[in-house]
Amino acid sequence: MYAFEYHRPTSVKEAGSLAGQAEDTKFLAGGHTLLPTMKLRLAGPANLIDLGQIAELRGIERTGDTITIGAMMKHAEVANSADVKEAIPALAEMAELIGDPHVRNRGTIGGSVANNDPSADYPAACLALNATIVTNQRKIAADDFFQGIFTTALEEGEIITQISFPIPSRAAYAKFRNPASRYALVGVFVAKHADVVRVTVTGAGSNGVFRVPEMEQALSGNFAAEALDGIAVGEDGMNSDIHADAAYRAHLVGVMARRAVQAAAARG
Amino acid sequence: MTTVSLTVNGQPVTADVDPRTLLVQFLRENLRLTGTHVGCDTSQCGACVVHLNGQAVKSCTILAVQAHASVVTTIEGIAGGGELHPMQAAFREHHGLQCGYCTPGMIMSAIDIVNRKGNALDEQTIRAELEGNLCRCTGYHNIVKAVAAGAQAMAQAPLQQAAE
Repeated sequence: MYAFEYHRPTSVKEAGSLAGQAEDTKFLAGGHTLLPTMKLRLAGPANLIDLGQIAELRGIERTGDTITIGAMMKHAEVANSADVKEAIPALAEMAELIGDPHVRNRGTIGGSVANNDPSADYPAACLALNATIVTNQRKIAADDFFQGIFTTALEEGEIITQISFPIPSRAAYAKFRNPASRYALVGVFVAKHADVVRVTVTGAGSNGVFRVPEMEQALSGNFAAEALDGIAVGEDGMNSDIHADAAYRAHLVGVMARRAVQAAAARG
Repeated sequence: MTTVSLTVNGQPVTADVDPRTLLVQFLRENLRLTGTHVGCDTSQCGACVVHLNGQAVKSCTILAVQAHASVVTTIEGIAGGGELHPMQAAFREHHGLQCGYCTPGMIMSAIDIVNRKGNALDEQTIRAELEGNLCRCTGYHNIVKAVAAGAQAMAQAPLQQAAE
């Protein structure tokens, strides 16, 4: 790991102004992607701004039809939250599928969303649930936030403070895990909202999380796995690596989508 | 250098460290608590598991400065008054190890599982919860037996549980 200067702000405002003053900064959330990346010297920020002591980035709140989660909430906290389990059980279940227990005790929702790893789970949840990503500067719709592999709408020095999720009528997440890394080889999040169904895929696309309009349309008419019969997702744009080739991933998208719809429908 | 103050195994510790010092390095090299091991150094194997504010974490993927103002418990901190912790005793009794390299992390994870899931653990739960701990010798069989027995023994040892 290259040397860096360490900063430990206690407010979002202080973190933002530190980022404005210092050169070559990175925000440190749970650190479960950034620190390994720094160990490999693939990242070497001159200044590391630790968000771990900022109380206002924590908390889970349900107000009306929305669940709002502080950016520094850990995966285990989301998975175990009574509010999340009751309002959006699919989101709690998704958080429980990330990594292993130790990783879930450190990794954060804000860190995962800001990183936008093409195999991470949270981008699929945010996009399917039509979440709003709230930063220290503005509110960004999930549709505008995720802009391709490891790329988001975040500007330099912009900090995610919370993420709010409209509560869907039904939702589920089906994940085919890489058994070694536990990242999604393919993960499909299906959410039925009052007016529309959203289907998102992570792990499969070479440009990160994406929606599947054909599936969304079919499920909006009939929210049942049979509605997906005959809809195939093509291999173009699918990841291909030693773990799974493009054709296999494309096939898995269909399988996982069906499983997610079945699980969502079974919630009653 | 950055100052870090924390509590390790009940003792207050303050030190000036290079900010890039990992928590596991700090424990091993500054405090000479070498029971916590470095296996993969990539947050996969779990040999470095310690408890941070009562939760199991991989100390190879935390900076020491991030543990500022926290309470850390390592494998050296769980035995009480010369008596092995019930989970340590169960690993010995059931031979839940061969080379022993993964054992400190296994035991710290096992205690965390009991803290979260209670004292009656079935095999499936134990195997699923040990996902983040790799053992390359045993095939896990005796580890699973040891965790189940240790979990039950912890129910009968309220004092040690409280100390943990």
